[in-house]
Amino acid sequence: MIQLLYFASLREALGIEGEALPLPEVLNISALMALLAARGGAWQEQFAGTRPLRAAINQALVANSALVQAGDEVAFFPPVTGG
Amino acid sequence: MTVSVQQADFDAGEEIRRLRLENPEAGAVVSFVGQVRDLNQGEEVASLTLEHYPGMTEKSLTAIITQAQQRWAILDVTVIHRIGTLQPMDQIVLVAVSSAHRGEAFNACEFIMDYLKTEAPFWKKETTSSGEHWLAARDSDQSAKQRWHE
Repeated sequence: MIQLLYFASLREALGIEGEALPLPEVLNISALMALLAARGGAWQEQFAGTRPLRAAINQALVANSALVQAGDEVAFFPPVTGG
Repeated sequence: MTVSVQQADFDAGEEIRRLRLENPEAGAVVSFVGQVRDLNQGEEVASLTLEHYPGMTEKSLTAIITQAQQRWAILDVTVIHRIGTLQPMDQIVLVAVSSAHRGEAFNACEFIMDYLKTEAPFWKKETTSSGEHWLAARDSDQSAKQRWHE
């Protein structure tokens, strides 16, 4: 299992803050996004790669090539706008 | 270093005083305060709500300060970032840096702000007369960070 978290406009578009997801195999962030996009609807819209999204694994920013492993906390969010 | 993510307002003067008096070697304290503007892209802002990623936010700010410490001879750093709903002219963020001489503190303060803007997981949602909307990231913030690599 992995713990997924969604923030800001992404959380609002998907209508959930997060979920636990069984991990079929070790995959990278791009493959995980494709898996989520395949749910269709808002998921397809948000994860199909047309919107700028950032990803973090275990609370550190990562590139889309980073591998996700069982037990990881994986967060997706739009580009940050603090300060 | 001191890192705080909080709803409450802060007293920048008191934070600067603390950095100054805790470090007898400090010859300089440089600080930046960010506040909520009343106008953004021509629209009047009624309020601004800041969301963050608890846990990652603190880690990210700590990592940014550590990078600044590796790059410049600085003595101490305080970063305070507010979350929740703020009004125009409310303070949002404080970055204060002490060092023996001013050059290091000026550079480190700007470096920390540039990285905070592009890496720390905060998101702003603005409420205006036309409704609520999430702010988009600005290219100018990315290029401000980029110059530290040149």
